[in-house]
Amino acid sequence: MTAFEDNALKLDPEEARRARQERLERIGKWVLPLAIMVLAIWLWDRICVWNEIPQYILPRPGVVLQTLHSDAGLLFSSLLVTLRITFLSLALAVIGGVGLAVLFAQSKWVEMSFFPFAIVLQVTPIVAIFPLINIYVNNQTVKLLLCAWIVAFFPILSNTTLGLNSVDRNLRDLFKLNGATRWQQLRYLRLPAAMPYFLGGLKIAGGLSLIGAVVAEFVAGAQGQSSGLASRIIEAGYRLNAPRLFAALILISLTGILIFLVLSLVSHLILRRWHESALKQEH
Amino acid sequence: MIQEKVAEKAASGEAPMLLSLRNVGKVFSNGVTALSKVDLAIREGDFLSLLGPSGCGKSTALRLIAGLSTPTSGQLDWRGSIDRSNIGFVFQEPTLLPWASVFDNVWLPLRLKGVSRAKAEPAVMEMLARVHLNGFENAVPRELSGGMKMRVSIARAMVTKPRILLMDEPFAALDEITRFKLNNDLLELWQDERFTVAFVTHSVFESVFLSSRVVVMAARPGRVFGELPISAPYPRDEVFRTSPDYAALCRQASDVLVNAINSTAGPHHDGL
Repeated sequence: MTAFEDNALKLDPEEARRARQERLERIGKWVLPLAIMVLAIWLWDRICVWNEIPQYILPRPGVVLQTLHSDAGLLFSSLLVTLRITFLSLALAVIGGVGLAVLFAQSKWVEMSFFPFAIVLQVTPIVAIFPLINIYVNNQTVKLLLCAWIVAFFPILSNTTLGLNSVDRNLRDLFKLNGATRWQQLRYLRLPAAMPYFLGGLKIAGGLSLIGAVVAEFVAGAQGQSSGLASRIIEAGYRLNAPRLFAALILISLTGILIFLVLSLVSHLILRRWHESALKQEH
Repeated sequence: MIQEKVAEKAASGEAPMLLSLRNVGKVFSNGVTALSKVDLAIREGDFLSLLGPSGCGKSTALRLIAGLSTPTSGQLDWRGSIDRSNIGFVFQEPTLLPWASVFDNVWLPLRLKGVSRAKAEPAVMEMLARVHLNGFENAVPRELSGGMKMRVSIARAMVTKPRILLMDEPFAALDEITRFKLNNDLLELWQDERFTVAFVTHSVFESVFLSSRVVVMAARPGRVFGELPISAPYPRDEVFRTSPDYAALCRQASDVLVNAINSTAGPHHDGL
């Protein structure tokens, strides 16, 4: 019995090649990045050994892993502090971004008047604004939250505004024809239509809120006021504790990746039935 | 067969007037005259087609009737009181909410009037059955074919039992076989429910097959060019579609349409 006969479906060479290609791609999608990652870590380790680089300049990956384990208490409690700021600011960014977008959607005049302010907030580097916030705001958490929020809210605001404004003209007429109130139009038409745009903004804001939190901690931490992961990094830098520095860095990136994956999943689950972006490609 | 009488009466001008447009004009803010001096009478139970080349203002006329736009001059007179809930509108595209199920899409007009899901269910399910979509209530639009989406759109327009159904080239984007099927089903629905239809199209064949009256419009400026009563009896079906009578009526309508197109002077002439 040949392999060909096993196959219930007889494929011509072109289709067989395509099927093989698809199978390979499915596996490769996971295997390739992992393999490259393993290779990179191995190379990192070899470079340390071959060049006899001291641990306080570039620690071997094994040492970093060990530190991640031995300093777990310290690092994870710091991570928790950072995560708290990240998620709180993301939540505030969602509330603020969507709230402002809904307000903008009520009237073109409001949007025209206030959107430039949002842009100003967005384009001014947070590091430059922080000293001001530091003067005006006393509470440490509020300080950090404000920073992270300023960084994270803009993509949500601009995407949701775009979404609320890109409702199909005929659908708008349909609602008008049926005597829909402003609230009904928002609730049943504009908000659902803006959902894909909002979720796109949310994915960006998720990463940005982590960046915002870490940057805020950095600036605050330089003044010895923070206990988040960023201050662990600064502290480790001062003490030439490179393994801990790397461990903290890895924790931050893993957190960022995790936030992105979770938000992608949420987005997929919400959109999978109807939106083009979440549909499987059909041949 | 009652409908047959109504249709005949409508054609002979005996049915009560539902709406008349008198000397209606519409000029857009960019200076384009979309409609000029339009007089149009729609009688109760009419199946009226507005036939014309693109740019003749037939969609604008429909939007004026729907109240989505107001006339620059002239007036619309409704018989009795009419509010928007007496008007059903079917757009050129199905115009469904892509995130909502078929049921929710048809429920929408009732939902906007505050009718709960449970209360709306009998009406929605009945309408879905009328457009032959039983069993599809939980599907979302992207899972349906073009023809099915249009059926949902018709069910949505009809679920409030409107007195007049306005249709803006609803089947223009469908393939011919699907269009014929939907033509038949629409006529069946019309005969059962006895509502009034104003149907915009640029297909001579479609307008003749469906209507009790065809109003031909001309462009630049948009105006009524001529009117053609289609006295062939209902129900009309595939037998009618292949009959010499139908062919003769199509030829008549086509002649009027060609004259309407030729009457459009100016540099924008489409050169037919």
